[in-house]
Amino acid sequence: MFPIEKYHYASSVIDAVQALAADEKARVIAGGTDVLVRLHGGNSDYASLVDVNGLHELKEIRQDGEGNIFIGALATCTEIIEHELIQKHTPMIVQSLGTIGGPQVRNCATMGGNICNGAVSADSACAALIYEFDLLIEGVKGERIESINGFHTGPGRTLLQQGDILKAFRIRPPNYKGVLASYQKYAMRGAMDIATIGCGVGLTMDDERISTLKLAFTVAAPTPIRCSNAEKAVANRAVTEETLELLTEALVDDVRPRESWRAGKEFRLHIIKTLARKGLRQAAEMQEELT
Amino acid sequence: MAVGQSHIRKDVRAKVTGKTRYTDDFSMPGMLQAKYVRSPVAHALVKSIDTSAALAISGVEAVFTHADVPKNVYPTAGHPFSLDPDHQDVADRLLLTDHVRFHGDEVAIVVARDLLTAAKAAQLVKVEYEELPVCVNSAAAMAEGAPAIHDGGNIIKSTSFETGGTFSDAEKKAVTVVEGSFSTPIILHCHLENHTAYAYMDDNDHLVIVSSTQIPHICRRIVGQALDMPWPKIRVIKPYIGGGFGNKQDVVLEPMVAFLTTKLGGLPVKLELEREEGLVATRTRHSQTVTVRAGVSRDGTLKFLDLNVISNTGAYASHGHSIPMAAGSKSCNLYPKAVTRFSATTHYANIPAAGAMRAYGSPQLFFGLESVIEEVAREIGMDSVDFRIKNSARAGDILAKTGDLKHSVAMIECLEKGRELISWDSRKKQYADQQGPLLRGLGVASFSYGSGTYPACVEIAGCRLVLNQDGTIHMQIGATEIGQGSDTALAQMAAETLGVEYQAIHVVSEQDTDVTPFDPGAYASRQTYVTAPAVQQAAEKLKKRILGHCQLMTGEDPGNLDLQLGKIIQRGSPEKVVVDLTELALDSYYHKERGGQITAEVSAKTCTNAPSYGCTFVDLEVDVEMCTVSIHEIINVHDAGKIIHPLSAEGQVHGGMAMGIGMALFEELLVDPESGWIFNGNLLDYKIPTSVDIPELKSAFVDTFDPTSPYGNKSLGEPPAISQGPAIRNAIWDATGVKINEIPMTPKVLFKHFKDAGLI
Repeated sequence: MFPIEKYHYASSVIDAVQALAADEKARVIAGGTDVLVRLHGGNSDYASLVDVNGLHELKEIRQDGEGNIFIGALATCTEIIEHELIQKHTPMIVQSLGTIGGPQVRNCATMGGNICNGAVSADSACAALIYEFDLLIEGVKGERIESINGFHTGPGRTLLQQGDILKAFRIRPPNYKGVLASYQKYAMRGAMDIATIGCGVGLTMDDERISTLKLAFTVAAPTPIRCSNAEKAVANRAVTEETLELLTEALVDDVRPRESWRAGKEFRLHIIKTLARKGLRQAAEMQEELT
Repeated sequence: MAVGQSHIRKDVRAKVTGKTRYTDDFSMPGMLQAKYVRSPVAHALVKSIDTSAALAISGVEAVFTHADVPKNVYPTAGHPFSLDPDHQDVADRLLLTDHVRFHGDEVAIVVARDLLTAAKAAQLVKVEYEELPVCVNSAAAMAEGAPAIHDGGNIIKSTSFETGGTFSDAEKKAVTVVEGSFSTPIILHCHLENHTAYAYMDDNDHLVIVSSTQIPHICRRIVGQALDMPWPKIRVIKPYIGGGFGNKQDVVLEPMVAFLTTKLGGLPVKLELEREEGLVATRTRHSQTVTVRAGVSRDGTLKFLDLNVISNTGAYASHGHSIPMAAGSKSCNLYPKAVTRFSATTHYANIPAAGAMRAYGSPQLFFGLESVIEEVAREIGMDSVDFRIKNSARAGDILAKTGDLKHSVAMIECLEKGRELISWDSRKKQYADQQGPLLRGLGVASFSYGSGTYPACVEIAGCRLVLNQDGTIHMQIGATEIGQGSDTALAQMAAETLGVEYQAIHVVSEQDTDVTPFDPGAYASRQTYVTAPAVQQAAEKLKKRILGHCQLMTGEDPGNLDLQLGKIIQRGSPEKVVVDLTELALDSYYHKERGGQITAEVSAKTCTNAPSYGCTFVDLEVDVEMCTVSIHEIINVHDAGKIIHPLSAEGQVHGGMAMGIGMALFEELLVDPESGWIFNGNLLDYKIPTSVDIPELKSAFVDTFDPTSPYGNKSLGEPPAISQGPAIRNAIWDATGVKINEIPMTPKVLFKHFKDAGLI
């Protein structure tokens, strides 16, 4: 039993937008794997709900003629993981979503919810940053598109305004074609856990040299982040021990791990560096195998 | 032969098809729901409580505070009553308190028509607190001038004993002495079924309580003490239960639901804890500091063990000082040739109350003991398995607790078997010189345990057998089935002795203190060991009566008859069926002149305590950079006497091993030492391992026959969870050269130690 005080079952995206705009306390409920946990914990901020589960158009996963991939905000983790398009073009999404919760959670949870709740630890956030998701949002003033870069504004905070609904993610071809991307989740147990540190690596190589490195982290700063210093430091270099050293040195300026009872700052920083080295080394090895 | 075979468990079909009914599956018309108001601070006095806003909500029936509850302090530990006042449990609880002792303590309770209303009203009860200084850990709680958590101060008891000889003489004979200090965290039981209970009045003065408890008969007594009622006026019913691991070997909700129904005109009132409440506001495993000193002579003989335990029992005593003392006395069975000096101190602190948990203090003690044993062996250059074999108990050794010489002892065989199964010798060589961030290591640790609580407590068990009209038998036992499989094992024993098929025995699993034979309950790995004599004697008795009725029917001398597989035969000639049991049963009930209902009932006390033994062998890999441990192979080898049900035994061992691995590598309840605030009282932040974190678990048994049990069996419920911690710790040391004297050995802890050792 949950202390739900107000409940609206949205009949269309516009209806959902209006219902949300009309009640400043209203929250979207999709898979419910975050919202119901908070309600169970007695958080009255979630007592007024707009249920979007009837909006089947938000479940769609497709590719358009230009090669853009669209993932509906309401597609569950399992649906995305099992989709051929995603497996073929953006396997890092499959890998990342596979680390969320357990099978039952993944059957309910959506990637839309994972990104929109603004969690610093969101397992899909590294993939979103590496593949540079665009977010198709419907709001009171109509449709708009936001980039994932800058979408997260703080712990639990995003650019979304009251009345906004995420409809779909868009991934453009330059951001996934030829990109060797992978995710490492470092957590205290192998399932049903939030990341202590999450690390995403996206690599394109030009012969033996790094053409572009995209390095993303969760729980390494107040929002999921890309590491611009580290990325620049290793551009156009071969993946050598020296490059890995440069990577971790530069990385220190990109991250701001916090000290908490869950894990100490020094420990987090050690893991951040270890994952970055390991991620780049493994990506380079995989690249070598492919060529 | 019914004993020794993996028959279909009595409870399994109903459980896997969802037909089993647990406490929460029962409901009564008009049943009310109760919800506690819990303290948000760890140590405080309640200055005032305003219940008006809560009472104003529609559907709220009543709100009670400390001012409303009886002023009898009562104990909660699930021990049988002791005739010796000095051995009785500490009585330090009231139903509700005005002196808050931990974050989550119970200051008021709301009763409403449903749970949501009760929860909402509970949030509206306004409590004014005067905060007191907080002490969380042992040093703070035992410091001079520490704030007193109970009248009389924070130290509950400090005791010691020596056994096996004169300690000072043994100390002189040791040439190498090693000492270490070890710490263990607060661990939670995490049984599947949360605590839940309801109560109603049957008539004007009889109370009925239905509860998920391991100890129905003890529960009856404690509710009587808490409410100052004669014990027989209280009836406790235990349906099937979804696990307890010792957390339900304590009386937690029952006195409250009993109190509430008496206040509300006998209406049924139910309390069901949410998971998060259940984690912090029931009982925990004691956090302990274990100091061990061990000395060996030149030839590698262990001369003495000096063990000291400081045990933090938290806000209320619960099982309190019994925990370290029980572990101490059971540990003496492992190396009986060494002189042991054991001392322990138990104290209060502003953390959740610790009580009984599977293996009852032994995992903590053996973490220290078997780590130091490893260190002594290495210090004198002896292989650690060889060292254990040289010093372990053998058949005929004097066992400290009861002085008995006649038990089965196969500790050495367990070590030999484990060594072979894990290819100890060849892998030791293979892992001798390693480099790089991935390091393999081997570890071993032994344990000893008891079978029950004798001579510390009474060991009493009961069995009643009734021959039904169709020749089947209804069996009632005092033993409490809590998922461990006691119904099945005891049915096997009855079938074996009686001479009927296992399927012919129906166990009445529900416990009802008004009708079931007396037995204090499921704890101390006692049920099959102490119930075996009652079952055996009852079955013999019933058989004798059946053969006696056969004589009435046929005139045959019972001395020439036997019962085999449900048929009365001529002794020595199984093919000569005199009468079928079905026919005999009908005759006994319905013949107009002869016989009567054939029953047998026995209550038996056990005055022995068979030691059980075993060990864990582990092969693991440490990723130094990632600060992680992955177990490649882990094996538990047990001497539990005769194995009654091989498949259940294996399951019991697997469950225990998973729990032991959780304790070694994952689990700890974290409490802020400054405020007493509990950080991780939920299953996301309390890292009980999941199925993907537990490696393949292997078990093996050295079958022995303990002569003190009619069926040769010894304990197996708790022993599987004892030795993983030290075995894993020893293997990490073997792999990395780093000794970690604290659990859980999580990545955070490994990081700290690897950094200190210069590995990263």
